Amino acid sequence: MGKPTGFMEFERLSEAYEPVEHRLKHYKEFVHALNDDDARTQGARCMDCGIPFCTNGCPVNNIIPDWNDLVYRGNWKQALDVLHSTNNFPDFTGRICPAPCEAACTLGINAAPVGIKSIEHFIIDKGWEMGWVVPEPPKARTGKNVAIVGSGPAGLAAAQQLARAGHEVTVFEKNDRIGGLLAYGIPDFKLNKSVVDRRVAQMEAEGVKFRTKVIVGSKDVPAGITNDASEYVSADQIKQDFDAVLLAAGSEVPRDLPVPGRELKGVYAALEFLIPQNKEVRQGKANPINVKGKHVIVIGGGDTGSDCVGTSNRHGAASVTQFELMPMPPAHENVALTWPYWPYKLRTSSSHDEGCARDFAVATKRFIDDGRGNVKALRAVRVEWKDGRMSEVAGSEFDLPCDNAFLAMGFTNPVGTLLEAFGVAKDERGNARATTDGEGCYATNVSKVFAAGDVRRGQSLVVWAIREGRQAAREVDAFLMGNSTLPR
Amino acid sequence: MEPAVYERQGLYDPSNEHDACGVGFVAHVKGQKSHDIVEQGLLILKNLDHRGAVGADPLQGDGAGILIQIPDQFYREEMSRQGVILPPAGEYGVGMVFLPQEAASRHACLEEIERSVKAEGQVVLGWRDVPVNRDMPMSPTVRDKEPVIRQVFVGRGSDVFVTDALERKLYIIRRRAANAIKSLKLKHGQEFYVPSFSARTVNYKGLLLAHQVGVYYLDLQDERTVSALALVHQRFSTNTFPTWDLAHPFRYIAHNGEINTVRGNVNWFKAREQAISSPILGDDLKKVWPLHYPGQSDSASFDNALELLVMGGYSMAQAVMLMIPEAWEKHTLMDENRLAFYEYHAAMMEPWDGPAAVAFTDGRQIGATLDRNGLRPARYLVTDDDFVVMASESGVLPIPEKKIVKKWRLQPGKMFLIDMDQGRIIDDKEIKDSLARAKPYREWIERIRIKLDAIPAPEEETDAVPATLLDRQQAFGYTQEDIKVIIEPMIQNGEEATGSMGTDSALPVLSNKNKTLYTYFKQLFAQVTNPPIDPIREELVMSLVSFVGPKPNLLNTTDINPPIRLEVSQPVLKCADMEKLRHISKYTSGKFRSFELDICYPVAWGRAGIEARLASLAADAEDAVRSGANILIVSDRKVDAGHVAIPALLATSAIHQHLVKKGLRTSTGLVIETGSARETHHFALLGGYGAEAVHPYLALETIESLAKGDAEKADKYVKNYVKAIGKGLNKVMSKMGISTYMSYTGAQIFEAIGLQNDFVEKYFTGTPSNIEGIGVFEVADEAIRLHNEAFSDDPVLANMLDAGGEYAFRIRGEEHVWTPDSIAKLQHATRSGKFETYREYAKLINDQTRRHLTLRGLFEFRPAGGPVPLDEVEPATEIVKRFATGAMSLGSISTEAHTTLAIAMNRIGGKSNTGEGGEDARRFAPVAGGTMLSDIIGKSRIERDIELNAGDSLRSAIKQVASGRFGVTTEYLVNADQIQIKMAQGAKPGEGGQLPGHKVSEYIGFLRHSVPGVGLISPPPHHDIYSIEDLAQLIHDLKNANLRASISVKLVSEVGVGTVAAGVAKAKADHVVIAGFDGGTGASPQSSIKHAGTPWELGLAETQQTLVLNRLRSRIRVQVDGQMKTGRDVVIGALLGADEFGFATAPLVVEGCIMMRKCHLNTCPVGVATQDPVLRKRFTGQPEHVVNYFFFVAEEVREIMAQLGIRRFDDLIGRADLLDMRPGIDHWKARGLDFSKIFYQPQVPASEPRHQTEGQDHGLARALDHKLIEQARPALERGQKVQIEMPITNVNRTCGTMLSGEVARRYGHAGLADDTIHVRLTGTAGQSFGAFLARGVTLDLTGEGNDYVGKGLSGGRIIIRPNRDFRGHTQENIIVGNTVMYGAIAGDAFFSGVGGERFCVRNSGGTAIVEGVGDHGCEYMTGGTVVVLGMTGRNFAAGMSGGIAYVLDDDGSFRNRCNLAQVALEKVLPANRHAAGEPLHLGRADEEQLKELVTRHAEYTGSITAKAILGNWEVYREKFVKVYPHEYKRALAEMAAAAEREAA
Repeated sequence: MGKPTGFMEFERLSEAYEPVEHRLKHYKEFVHALNDDDARTQGARCMDCGIPFCTNGCPVNNIIPDWNDLVYRGNWKQALDVLHSTNNFPDFTGRICPAPCEAACTLGINAAPVGIKSIEHFIIDKGWEMGWVVPEPPKARTGKNVAIVGSGPAGLAAAQQLARAGHEVTVFEKNDRIGGLLAYGIPDFKLNKSVVDRRVAQMEAEGVKFRTKVIVGSKDVPAGITNDASEYVSADQIKQDFDAVLLAAGSEVPRDLPVPGRELKGVYAALEFLIPQNKEVRQGKANPINVKGKHVIVIGGGDTGSDCVGTSNRHGAASVTQFELMPMPPAHENVALTWPYWPYKLRTSSSHDEGCARDFAVATKRFIDDGRGNVKALRAVRVEWKDGRMSEVAGSEFDLPCDNAFLAMGFTNPVGTLLEAFGVAKDERGNARATTDGEGCYATNVSKVFAAGDVRRGQSLVVWAIREGRQAAREVDAFLMGNSTLPR
Repeated sequence: MEPAVYERQGLYDPSNEHDACGVGFVAHVKGQKSHDIVEQGLLILKNLDHRGAVGADPLQGDGAGILIQIPDQFYREEMSRQGVILPPAGEYGVGMVFLPQEAASRHACLEEIERSVKAEGQVVLGWRDVPVNRDMPMSPTVRDKEPVIRQVFVGRGSDVFVTDALERKLYIIRRRAANAIKSLKLKHGQEFYVPSFSARTVNYKGLLLAHQVGVYYLDLQDERTVSALALVHQRFSTNTFPTWDLAHPFRYIAHNGEINTVRGNVNWFKAREQAISSPILGDDLKKVWPLHYPGQSDSASFDNALELLVMGGYSMAQAVMLMIPEAWEKHTLMDENRLAFYEYHAAMMEPWDGPAAVAFTDGRQIGATLDRNGLRPARYLVTDDDFVVMASESGVLPIPEKKIVKKWRLQPGKMFLIDMDQGRIIDDKEIKDSLARAKPYREWIERIRIKLDAIPAPEEETDAVPATLLDRQQAFGYTQEDIKVIIEPMIQNGEEATGSMGTDSALPVLSNKNKTLYTYFKQLFAQVTNPPIDPIREELVMSLVSFVGPKPNLLNTTDINPPIRLEVSQPVLKCADMEKLRHISKYTSGKFRSFELDICYPVAWGRAGIEARLASLAADAEDAVRSGANILIVSDRKVDAGHVAIPALLATSAIHQHLVKKGLRTSTGLVIETGSARETHHFALLGGYGAEAVHPYLALETIESLAKGDAEKADKYVKNYVKAIGKGLNKVMSKMGISTYMSYTGAQIFEAIGLQNDFVEKYFTGTPSNIEGIGVFEVADEAIRLHNEAFSDDPVLANMLDAGGEYAFRIRGEEHVWTPDSIAKLQHATRSGKFETYREYAKLINDQTRRHLTLRGLFEFRPAGGPVPLDEVEPATEIVKRFATGAMSLGSISTEAHTTLAIAMNRIGGKSNTGEGGEDARRFAPVAGGTMLSDIIGKSRIERDIELNAGDSLRSAIKQVASGRFGVTTEYLVNADQIQIKMAQGAKPGEGGQLPGHKVSEYIGFLRHSVPGVGLISPPPHHDIYSIEDLAQLIHDLKNANLRASISVKLVSEVGVGTVAAGVAKAKADHVVIAGFDGGTGASPQSSIKHAGTPWELGLAETQQTLVLNRLRSRIRVQVDGQMKTGRDVVIGALLGADEFGFATAPLVVEGCIMMRKCHLNTCPVGVATQDPVLRKRFTGQPEHVVNYFFFVAEEVREIMAQLGIRRFDDLIGRADLLDMRPGIDHWKARGLDFSKIFYQPQVPASEPRHQTEGQDHGLARALDHKLIEQARPALERGQKVQIEMPITNVNRTCGTMLSGEVARRYGHAGLADDTIHVRLTGTAGQSFGAFLARGVTLDLTGEGNDYVGKGLSGGRIIIRPNRDFRGHTQENIIVGNTVMYGAIAGDAFFSGVGGERFCVRNSGGTAIVEGVGDHGCEYMTGGTVVVLGMTGRNFAAGMSGGIAYVLDDDGSFRNRCNLAQVALEKVLPANRHAAGEPLHLGRADEEQLKELVTRHAEYTGSITAKAILGNWEVYREKFVKVYPHEYKRALAEMAAAAEREAA
């Protein structure tokens, strides 16, 4: 605790955003990290609680009070060490995490929580700036090799941990860039791809081998899912070549909206719009979907939906409307009954601030044809929720003009027949079955095959993926070596 | 016949018994013998009756006795009747012998005595049956144990010529016979006991009530039984299986008090057996050993040691001085020679430390001495016809005042001796001066003493170690918290860190983390039977001096060339000190030779290696000592990747104990050089298990690294650290009432939790360990695990220490009971009223199948029968009445939080507790509907309002009385349903507290009757409770103040607490609280929060077992508290014996507490534990939430009861048979635990109650106050003036209190108009005269008072003046005893005479005039006015933060006796010399105030002193000194400035 009375003296300071009119003109990050003084002041607000609820709220259990204090004292290098001791990639989470830690901050009970995420962001950016983030190759090699399928946050976290433990790690990625959702899901203006690339470089220096455009297990990727693979490796081959396999392939199959008109041109799954956009920004290859001057409707009120909103606005859409099936949440949660948990409340992202109409408790009935196979409008209906059941409000149907609709209603399960190829048992939701606690956790029913991240838990946050990757790495290490000193 | 004592069973261990008592003697200075003296002795006993105790059976006392000179003529005549002609007096000895009832054993004992007499060349003249009164009513249990009592007459042998030689022979005969009988190991042999065996004295004692002694022993009634002295003693034992032999007097002494260091003292005697030799006893000395037997009381052990010293050639006085030295170490006023005398003898033997009033006699001299801090009372008087009477209190004998020439008291560390051969009284100064000058001690000291500090630092550098700092820190288990929480505050501030809230982390034996061995030991502390010391305010009695090296021969009384000794001023050695020791032989021309024992061993040897390694270390140590090494250095400096260190504590104790057993320990010093020691607790343990000094090299290296290369800083840090550890050690010692490191060394004041018994018995012999646990190999395992982690490739540990997580929740750290989820669930449940959410909470707490945290977490229920339907179980509305909230003062928590708890508890019919801090009288009346909290308390004092319901009450049912006595007025007491005497607090047992000035707000100042802005100190002890009979007195006082309230005593769980609880029951408490060590706190030293006290499961079970075994359980209600959280906790508490349950942390969490653990910083962000108005606005607690919580808990209780098949809660209590240890615990440490002692059911008839079923008999019917109340009726009813007259004696205790209760009940604190009830009394008042005297009552006593006059004075007036017949001068004679006006709130007192020690301690508003005071006057005073017209003792005004004292400083020496840490000494100014606008005490000029008081004193008491002063006022005014506390002066100025601002 830097300053016992800091929380009474200083206000929460949010990271500054570039003004909307400027940031809409580009795809770069528009969040300004705190300066040294502001970071210290924000660190001083931390009370070093006897029970740091933030640590518990954080999926990777960041030791927040400790690095807050170190930042307050200006011990940035040490703060970075503490931060890295629980989180391989604070540069990702410091940018795109919704920060459940802040929801759990005790200051949030009756005041504004400590700007934990901004401090995290500050520490890691400072670390890169000062050249403190360097490859940490293992002191000794174990002679064991591990295959990791998927290069999203779970796979990367696991890869880094295992490589540092001395194993030879190969990461397989079906697309042309490493990072999974980090590379191709999240827009550049939220997470600049160079942030991912420098981590990839660090890991390569630590001995991780990356094999892109290689699809593992099954070749059949459903339509609409990006697949750059030019090479196929069978599950048996992988099992034969590696001492352990970690499946971290994510949960990429989008939830569909089976209403009349779904097949019309102009109705897309969100990633069909977002991935090409990332490719455009990075490689200059134009996004086949352009919404400039169009009326855009985004269906689904989550983060992916937000990303569609932000991207559409950058294209220069004529209007952007976002639909949410659930009713509008309260603007403020009842802290007394929700804290320290993630509260149900209205969340407005920076993309919403850039221009977007939001409509709640609304269901899509159908997409209306312009006669040429293109969507022209969308018919919706108001819904009511009672005891968890939804019913349509009679006579509330309405039409909205719609040139493009993006479906961002979440992801259901891993792509294709990867799990079948490995013979991995599934849970009731179609994800790989494995526990996260106790003996044999993260192990699937198949010997030496492990699973972590969305492929196991279903769609979730990057920070959960990192947690699972780290924890699974420990289990893999213990499986290979008999015991493990990797932290959970 | 039953066994003498109940044997050890369950958690009951007879070795934990304590006692204290009344002691006295009467003697004729010229040695004139008479039967009258014997009768007077017996009368003293009778009049001290109230100081003793009775057990479950009123006919069963704890023992009493009388020691007199041998009545030669009487015995001569008696023996001649059986044909034995006794030789002349002085040529024969009389042995008073208790013999077994069983005939054969008795015969064997008789034979052994006769054999010994013959073997020693003396003659058995004959035996005499001591006639006793068998018709006297006697409790069956006492009768059962009644020995056969006979006297043996031994004549001198042919080569014994003088009585002294015969006395020595008798001694040897007795030791020899006793050792021989012991070695026969007869079952009934333990009933053999010799009360006296002397040519000069004979001792009549037994398991008798005080008044029975003279009835039982027919000899004592015989006119021919004459003596010039009678030494008497009445015992109060904590439990009811006292025995005949434990009664006092012993052969030389009668003792009132307790020797805290007795275990160490006895061990050290054992340790010196080989090294000791006596030019006087010669070869006979060998027959003396063993000097002590297991199971002896502290007093008996003391007597044995004193006897050996006297037999070894010391004079009685010198021997006593050796054993109970004055506090010489920091005594700046002591005579040089005497200082040298004490310093010289300090190396010979460690003090027997603890409260003590010891009366001693060898038959020629009789005397008494007091411990160094004056913790026991001893008053004496001298008459003009050469009688001296000394007793624990005054007025024990009716002696005409005109015959008395001197009334005085024993002063701290002082001695008083009557030499009947010389026929005169020898005072302290003369005795000590003559002894101090007997030898050239000063010169000897200068020549033989080497101070380590004075030796030049050596040039050699010790070899660097191969491992890095981080690796070594990790190997010794350092965590980040050790640096941040423990070391940082010490190096910055020079003192230990403070923390708050209770500990809730896993017990070490249950933890998954690797703990150091230190953590398995808990510090013991003083409660009830002896007082802790204030090591800060009473620093003058503390000493950390340690002697390193061999101890001189204790019995070498003829020394002409004493050996040199090495002295360190405190036991923490810095690097240079250690280098000096390593090369010590160079500096001492080989007189000292150090030898290093490396306690590291190859890690490859694994866990199995430790046992043999320890054995060889012990053997190496022995060899080294035998071959001349006299300083052993136990070192783990060589730890590295390949070598693991044996825990230094284990190695130290193993080596120390081995050397003790071999009798070699006093031939060598023992110094520990270890990387493991870093916090106070570690040093305390190493010292407690034998280390004379400790070099914490790794802690010092760590500290240096924190200075980051700044040498000056590093130096300062190290200095601060050493200072902090020293302060911490003082605190650890003082909490047990021990004042010197010398006596602490080896005293083993610890108990173990989670260590296997065999292991403890082998390496930590004598340390209690009641639940088994890990053994030596697991200890090794734990060390090796730490070692391996340290030197492994663990990525987290690669560049940082382990997180720790003991002090704050940390990921990868220690487990805690309170977790983010359990707190969230509890808050959500109680706010929403959802029982389902509560269930989730309860499951998180109760289910410890995966996380082991508490002992009870490992319990499971074992239903005896089938379940019963839930609706047949007692309703929740009944169960919640058994719940109370914890003692949290308004001050530790906010007004809002405090009142919310009170409202809630009153709604459910439970009890809330004021805590120590008074209570606003506006809270006492019931609330009308539509009222807001602020309507009652006042808008300006409430930051967050609460809506009240009609019928609500803000009154706390439990009113706490703690050592600070803040706000304890009579009105406060009469508004209680229960009055709780806080003896200890779970988070910091044995310690006081402090509320810094900045936290004393206007409201808190108002509540505590103190000045806002002035800091308040709660002393470690209650200054009116230094022993068990004092507690009985306070209980009596409080019961008098409020007959309707039950009196509760709060204790903290530690080994032996059951025995203390039994004593508390015998002291007539109605209620006892057993608190766990994990209870909360607003601010305590971290080491106390973690390392003192034990889990309540242990203390509660021990209490239940002891009370049931003693047949005392039915009379006392038992409450348990300490991290009580769920219904399961409640049921386990009930099964282990609790009637009621206290909750503190959990209700606070319900109110919004989130375990910030920042209470001590006043920054609680949820407004619970803060006084900051801004933060208090954030408080969101509601009474409804608290009500919900308690009902949820009760519902959970009901569900468990239904499962267990029990319908009525009373039927749960004490059913430990329904508990079992959960099977299948495979935790590598926890699996060694064994809870069978906790679950033990004492073997008593089924009819014996296991819960409270009846009330106590408080014996109030005889109170004088009934008559006072009767006669004061017009005043009470109509406010009419009344005058009352009556005589009073010392058995009339607590006079005026019951009357005051009546006043306060009717008229509140405002009371009646001044002097409405005027009571004139004549005689010697008993203790607590005028306690809690209310306004409007005047007690006007002609005669004298005893201890505690005017305690808690609440507005009344007390006048005490000497009897007109008494001729002594008032400035030179004592008129009131110790601890007068303790905690006075208001009112005035005029004492025409001298007061005892601790006059006006913690006075907050009373006015007192006295003509002299003892030590520690005005200590901790926070307000009021004190005038001393005479001499003061030392340490005046220590910790004084408010009020003013005016002291007449006739000879200008006062400054030397005043503690100037917090006060300034100023001149007394007349009105015209005060600076303009200067804020004044009570708004009046010094002179005006002082003169008025002196005038009133003259008027009320007729004091000649006062009159003389007034007669020459101008001269005397200049002689007065004004004692003005700095803080008070500042606060007055601040208040004046604030008032000015307001006006402007």
